[in-house]
Amino acid sequence: MNEIDVYNKLTEIFRDIFDDDSIEINSETSAADIEDWDSLEHINLISAVEKTFKMRFSMKQVSTMKNVGEMVSIILNASKK
Amino acid sequence: MQVLTYPFDSSEILKNRKKIKKQLLQKNRARIKKNIAILGGSTTNDIASILELFLLDNDIEPIFYQSEYGQYWQDAMFDNSKLDDFKPDIIYIHTTSKNITEFEFNMKNSAEAIEYRIKKQYSHFETMWQSLAQKYNCAIIQNNFEMPSYRLLGNKDVSDIHGKLWFINLLNIKFYEYAQNNNNFYINDINYLSARYGLDRWSDPQYWYLYKYALSLSAIPELAYNISNIIKSIFGKNKKALALDLDNTLWGGVVGDDGQAGLEIGHETPVAQAYHDFQSYIKQLKNLGITLTICSKNDIVNALDGLKHPDTVLTADDFVIIKANWDNKDENILKIADELNILPESIVFVDDNPAEREIVKSRLPMVEAPKMESVESYIRTLDRSGYFEVTTFSDDDISRNDMYKANIQRMLEQQKFNSYEDYLLELKMTATIESFKPVYIERIVQLTNKTNQFNLTTKRYTEGEIQEIYKSDDYIKLYGRLADKFGDNGIVSVVIGKIEATTLHIELWLMSCRVLKRDMEYAMLDTLVKNCLQKNLTKIIGYYYKTAKNAMVSDLYEKFGFKQLSSNENGNIVWELDLQNYKNKNKVIIVNSEKELV
Repeated sequence: MNEIDVYNKLTEIFRDIFDDDSIEINSETSAADIEDWDSLEHINLISAVEKTFKMRFSMKQVSTMKNVGEMVSIILNASKK
Repeated sequence: MQVLTYPFDSSEILKNRKKIKKQLLQKNRARIKKNIAILGGSTTNDIASILELFLLDNDIEPIFYQSEYGQYWQDAMFDNSKLDDFKPDIIYIHTTSKNITEFEFNMKNSAEAIEYRIKKQYSHFETMWQSLAQKYNCAIIQNNFEMPSYRLLGNKDVSDIHGKLWFINLLNIKFYEYAQNNNNFYINDINYLSARYGLDRWSDPQYWYLYKYALSLSAIPELAYNISNIIKSIFGKNKKALALDLDNTLWGGVVGDDGQAGLEIGHETPVAQAYHDFQSYIKQLKNLGITLTICSKNDIVNALDGLKHPDTVLTADDFVIIKANWDNKDENILKIADELNILPESIVFVDDNPAEREIVKSRLPMVEAPKMESVESYIRTLDRSGYFEVTTFSDDDISRNDMYKANIQRMLEQQKFNSYEDYLLELKMTATIESFKPVYIERIVQLTNKTNQFNLTTKRYTEGEIQEIYKSDDYIKLYGRLADKFGDNGIVSVVIGKIEATTLHIELWLMSCRVLKRDMEYAMLDTLVKNCLQKNLTKIIGYYYKTAKNAMVSDLYEKFGFKQLSSNENGNIVWELDLQNYKNKNKVIIVNSEKELV
């Protein structure tokens, strides 16, 4: 799995969760960029990402992650293990 | 909607909740709006948003109030104008073992000290329920407590008085005792739910520390589904009847091909035992008041022969209607609904054949047709469907099957008479029509919530509201009970009118479809008028509020001789009856054993 695969899958998840097929994401995307991205959807998003990539964020990662780029690098790291 | 039907995929629901909600709202359905207050001891937002989906799927449109994080007790106990204005129809208290404050692990604690702590913890809840019941007079749904995730005393935690498991189990029993003694109070059994789901999966420490979720995200649909089943049942949306297939549903094999002797039912083989247990389960549902019918593609002779198998649990006698023929099953289901006088949507179609289920679903989308996959899972599938969640149980439920049977006998009797009135007279009907009595309040509440067709205003009442009306002198409130030579139909009609000056405004007029065309409505009107005259009232105003289901009574007031006052574009009509010179209309029912028929 490379970075592009991860972005593709993530885009799909974002579109499902926010029910908006026009969403495009990049490494800088954060909660400020997506209207419905509140704390509730954040939890939902984390959970869907964990399910899809069969990995688990640590509590520290969840509370410090700032944007999609950081999320992608955590996912990539987890997939290497 | 399929995605919300048991067994559902939690992660699908969570991921697509926005889409699902949109799709549900797009369906143009008549929905009842209900105000649901969620008082939480932990985060509740996701619970509300998933509960909304399950309720919308059952045509209940919830409006939510949610307490601030962890503020369930404060919200209930102190002045709370926000909740007052919200006027909840249901209060759901989402507390979990995380909210237990009085437990202390100390092996030196005496039995008395522990008992005191359990009592103290219990009264924290009891005072809250009492305060809520008094202020809001609505149904309360309360979680019990799930088992803890660790056991300091290991296996002894459950039996040693110092154990947390012991504490939780005793506390739960106290909750159940309160439920036994308070009618409008329901336990949401998360203790069972979490055990079934798997305690380790049920809660996730990460979610607790990060978001203060008492249960893991993936368990939330399970919880919401369970709550929705209770709410559905409270608002009268339980199913009423089963339409059961025979071959490979109630027994193994095809009776037309294999003959009675070739059927698998009984104790001889594993498959036979599984069918035996399934039949026993169905028989127990019957004892809960669920009406059993058969809908099978078979020659009637073969069907009846199968039901005479020496090891059968269910016999022909257990079924109110047996449709064994070669017609399409959807047609048979419509006939069953018609003969029972219930709506098709009150029927659950149970068939092992996916093609038959598919056809029925496509032609009658309102009929539930659960996936019956293999006999050993039949019970589980039906049991978790929530079709028959018991929130109230009246004597009426016990005898319902007999009543339907008596109705079928009446139909046969009717064919012997030339005139309908002769038939009615021959039924030798007697009615009791009186002001509400405490013993009947539960049944009255049940009727107000589940009667859809013969219901002029379709106003739903909680038990608290009916209690208020019962106590108030501002209302004339009548219940009607009808019996005849075939049996007692129980309480079948309810009328509630509010007195304003010299006028009675009818807020509710309903009758069970079980007694359609028996002139019971005229007997009710006669008694109502009599009551009005005793109170020196001069007129009655009746209201017809049109719904998708109550067309059959759109002209009831007209038949009664009311004059139309006004109507609006929604089809709602206001009617008036002048009580001067009123003449009694019932000629076939002896009411309150007062007099002979005229």
